Amino acid sequence: MIDYTSASIDFALLGPEIALLASAFLILVTGYVKSLGKLSPGVAFVGLVIALVLSLNQWGNQSSGFFGMVTCDDFGSAFKVIFTLIAILTLLMAHRYLSHKSLNRPEFYALLNISTMGMMVMANSTDLVVMFLGLEIMSLPLYVMAGMARRSPESNEAGIKYFVMGAFASAFLLMGIAFVYGASGTTDLRRLVTDYHYIVGNFKLYLYSGVAMILVGFGFKVGAVPFHSWIPDVYEGAPTPVTAFFSVGPKAAGFAVLLRLFVFGFAYIGLLSDVFWVLAALTMTVGNIMALRQNNIKRMLAYSSIAHAGYILIAFAVGGDSAVSAAMFYLVAYALFNTGAFAVLVLLETRTGCKSDFSELSGFSRLHPYLSSVLALFMFALCGFPPTVGFFGKFYLFSAAIQSGFIWLVVIGVMNSFVSVYYYLRVIKVSFFDQPQQTFVPVTYSPAIIVVLLITLAGTLGLGLFPQQLLDISQSAIFAFL
Amino acid sequence: MTEYLYLIPILPLVGFLINGLLIGRIPRPVITLIGCGSVALSLALSLSLFFELKALPADSRMIEQVLFTWIVSGNFHVSMGFLLDPLSAVMILVVTGVGFLIHVYSVGYMHKDPGYGRYFTYLNLFTFSMLTLVLADNFLLMFVGWEGVGLCSYLLIGFWYHKKSAADAGKKAFIVNRIGDFGFLIGMFIVFWQVGSLNFVDINAMAPAAFIAGGSLITITCLLLFVGATGKSAQIPLFVWLPDAMEGPTPVSALIHAATMVTAGVYMIVRSNVLYMMSPDALFVVAVVGALTAIFAATIGLAQNDIKRVLAYSTVSQLGYMFLACGVAAFTAGIFHLMTHAFFKALLFLASGSVLHAMSDEKDIRKMGGLKKYIPITYWTFLIGTLAITGIPGLSGFFSKDEILWKAFSSDYGHPVFWVLGFVTAGLTAFYMFRLVYLTFHGPERMDDETKSHLHESPKSMTVPLIILAALAIAGGWVGMPHILGATNYFEHWLEPVMASGRNAVDTHALMSTSSNAGMEWSLMVASVGLVLISIFVARMFYNKKPELATAWQKKMSGLHKLLLNKYYIDEIYGAVIVRPTVYFSLFLWKVVDVVLIDGLINGVAVVYNDLSESLRQVQTGRVRTYATWFAVGVVVLIAVFMRG
Repeated sequence: MIDYTSASIDFALLGPEIALLASAFLILVTGYVKSLGKLSPGVAFVGLVIALVLSLNQWGNQSSGFFGMVTCDDFGSAFKVIFTLIAILTLLMAHRYLSHKSLNRPEFYALLNISTMGMMVMANSTDLVVMFLGLEIMSLPLYVMAGMARRSPESNEAGIKYFVMGAFASAFLLMGIAFVYGASGTTDLRRLVTDYHYIVGNFKLYLYSGVAMILVGFGFKVGAVPFHSWIPDVYEGAPTPVTAFFSVGPKAAGFAVLLRLFVFGFAYIGLLSDVFWVLAALTMTVGNIMALRQNNIKRMLAYSSIAHAGYILIAFAVGGDSAVSAAMFYLVAYALFNTGAFAVLVLLETRTGCKSDFSELSGFSRLHPYLSSVLALFMFALCGFPPTVGFFGKFYLFSAAIQSGFIWLVVIGVMNSFVSVYYYLRVIKVSFFDQPQQTFVPVTYSPAIIVVLLITLAGTLGLGLFPQQLLDISQSAIFAFL
Repeated sequence: MTEYLYLIPILPLVGFLINGLLIGRIPRPVITLIGCGSVALSLALSLSLFFELKALPADSRMIEQVLFTWIVSGNFHVSMGFLLDPLSAVMILVVTGVGFLIHVYSVGYMHKDPGYGRYFTYLNLFTFSMLTLVLADNFLLMFVGWEGVGLCSYLLIGFWYHKKSAADAGKKAFIVNRIGDFGFLIGMFIVFWQVGSLNFVDINAMAPAAFIAGGSLITITCLLLFVGATGKSAQIPLFVWLPDAMEGPTPVSALIHAATMVTAGVYMIVRSNVLYMMSPDALFVVAVVGALTAIFAATIGLAQNDIKRVLAYSTVSQLGYMFLACGVAAFTAGIFHLMTHAFFKALLFLASGSVLHAMSDEKDIRKMGGLKKYIPITYWTFLIGTLAITGIPGLSGFFSKDEILWKAFSSDYGHPVFWVLGFVTAGLTAFYMFRLVYLTFHGPERMDDETKSHLHESPKSMTVPLIILAALAIAGGWVGMPHILGATNYFEHWLEPVMASGRNAVDTHALMSTSSNAGMEWSLMVASVGLVLISIFVARMFYNKKPELATAWQKKMSGLHKLLLNKYYIDEIYGAVIVRPTVYFSLFLWKVVDVVLIDGLINGVAVVYNDLSESLRQVQTGRVRTYATWFAVGVVVLIAVFMRG
């Protein structure tokens, strides 16, 4: 059945997506001309900024169009802003890194924008098929970006592994959507909610197995255990700015969809809370334990990103607006300090022969007292120490969980963040207290990366001191569907 | 002008930030300009605000400036605000006035020191903290200043940190003060618990309803606050740090350990006079501790040979007077003595600094003598300070000390015994101060030739502050002359609004009976002046005319002399009873509880996690096949769970 109330073909709803797509096409077309190819970072940047402005404009606007396929609400707009900001930060830190590694091709910027557009489609939809479409638009460029360093075996491995595992997950996702459609005759989440009792009364088995497989598909994207195993290999092999993008962008998009699906769409399934309880506990614990013994910082941060996904999954087990807004707060916070940490790594790796092993950091603080202090601050934020925003992220999540009676889940979470202190502080220990083994080659800054560092630093500290504003925004964003 | 009240503490803070952040990068004249200039501006602002306050009618002399809300947590609400009333006006004038003179003096005194910039940085930070302490409109902000001055005291006592004795003295001061701070904090908590606010105006208004006057809770609160005061103001039993604090540069001793910081305890008690008035028991304890400290420290002062240590014990003794005044509810007299003491004791310390300057830093008075003709300005100013502290009529110390003694005798909370203790202390003070004068400036020259050849008067930047302080030591007391001399006590009138609320709190008609017994007051005054003159005469006999008499007496009472020389062995007793057991207990906590129990537990957990991490790593094979298998297992389990549910 077709929803005629939202049948209008309103392109204003797709403004940010169109801006990104247009800039990507422009880059691809002009990329053939060598002199114009140099402009592609600028074109991508302009496209992202326009998308950002348009997304901000959509705030407060609640409507849907294209026969209910596209929904515009504050939840979606908030995530669009997050995605564009992440993409802008990635762009700023990627440019010099890519030139340095002779990877600076126009296609990268086009892929970045297309992938960002895919995320927007995901966040902006209440239809399962459109969600899947968005997921694929986002993922296909990511596979290419992961394997972009053609001469590096690790990068090739990352690309292939990501693609194979991603295809595997997509298959389950599509199968799940098919099952749900079979049970209900619709892919529209709002219809699923209104007709829930009828569907579950007649086709419970199909619906439930469909939901399980959808969960697998998106669980893969956010890196929930046991669908996480691709993350370390891909994160380590991909070029570092791409890894930075992976660890926050697709993750945020995956969570945006998961929130819509499981806090709104399938919220009536009573079993979900227990399932997410186990997923959260498992994800946190495995991520943290595996991170303990890594010798490469990128790999450590890969496991750390699994652990952080675990913390966010707590909100799904808890449910309710305070937990969900805390999860959204956490996503923004994590995007800030994780991107900041990766920006420092990008700076370090623009020196020849560095691949972000722990041992390369020894002597860091002697030569770069400020930069190493900044890295230390991001590590403290990852640990969740005040006065950084990392503290409030965990604080809001855990206190929401405690208020709803999830004491044991919080105990597991706190124990885990306790364990995490070990490997985060190891970065600080190595860079401040270890004797330098080799002569540490100084880092050279570029204006763009300084901007990235300043933004992430200001966000990490500023929101750590005044977190209320962001919490208010995430609370009003989730009112869109709660 | 009152809207600029906040600038009074902020200006020295700016000086601190500039001098501190640019340390080593700016030349000395600029350091001097910023260090002294910031305090000078504060002084100018304080003066103009004082006159503005004076122009107001007496009962509206209270300006509260709330800058912003500092902490909000539930019903706990603390603002960042300053309170200017007659009491804090007196305090900021003393702090910025005496402080400015000492800053100027330091320019000459420290000119050869390599840590010149660091010194002025600390000094500015101290001034900022002290002004915050006295201007705070609530207990918590006051506590911030309280801790700030404690920190600066620690930093400046140990200014020459390469000297072990200086570093140790700094630590001792800090640790002893922590004990006092603990009491202060708990007292503050009780006040908040009962009153629901830490703001002084609120406390003054609501405390009478919140506490039961004369009850045990108010007494406990006041006594806990008093514990804080005994730490900061060096009273029994926490006075031991002050004599050691003389390891710091002499201007620091003058500023922090005589004129300002050590009087913070007195200020705090006067500031909370409403609370104290509700607890006669607490007042009694304050009076007893004050009187005993006064006489106890004075006796130790009799036998010391280090010029600065004599002055340090004298400070402890004079602070005892101030607490005695507070204890007999004569808060005005306490603050009056605080002010005059700031003048003459700062003068005495700075003059002794000038002596050390001339003597190539020799502190032992047995190796001085006859300095009068070498350093005349120092001599005359030191003599004026001595006359003021001994209470020679007409000088500032006379008026304030006399008022305390009279109140100790006549106040409703007073007792003749308090008077006797104060009276004897006055005699002892005159004796040890003139002993100091005679041994230092008169008689035979006992220094070696090397030192003698270097004897010289100090530079202008040091002597001018001495002369100004000498003038203040003479005239500073004229604002508070007693009624029986037919004069008006301006000082008492000035502070009247602050004290009124305290008296109202206890709701009695004529506690501070103005119906004075003039005849009695006259005779007591004459008696104490007489005792002082006799003491001076004896000191002159012993240490100038017939020195053999002194040695004979010293031999005759060698036991007593040894006891006094060793400060009643208080440090040794504290060491045996408190310090050493604490050290052993800490060793036990470290070696057994921490290393074996806690570290063992933590390391055990770490080993378990490490092994777990190592074995889980085996799962991460790097083969897509393995990954897909785990993936599939996850899918199967998940679907199975959903199917069942």
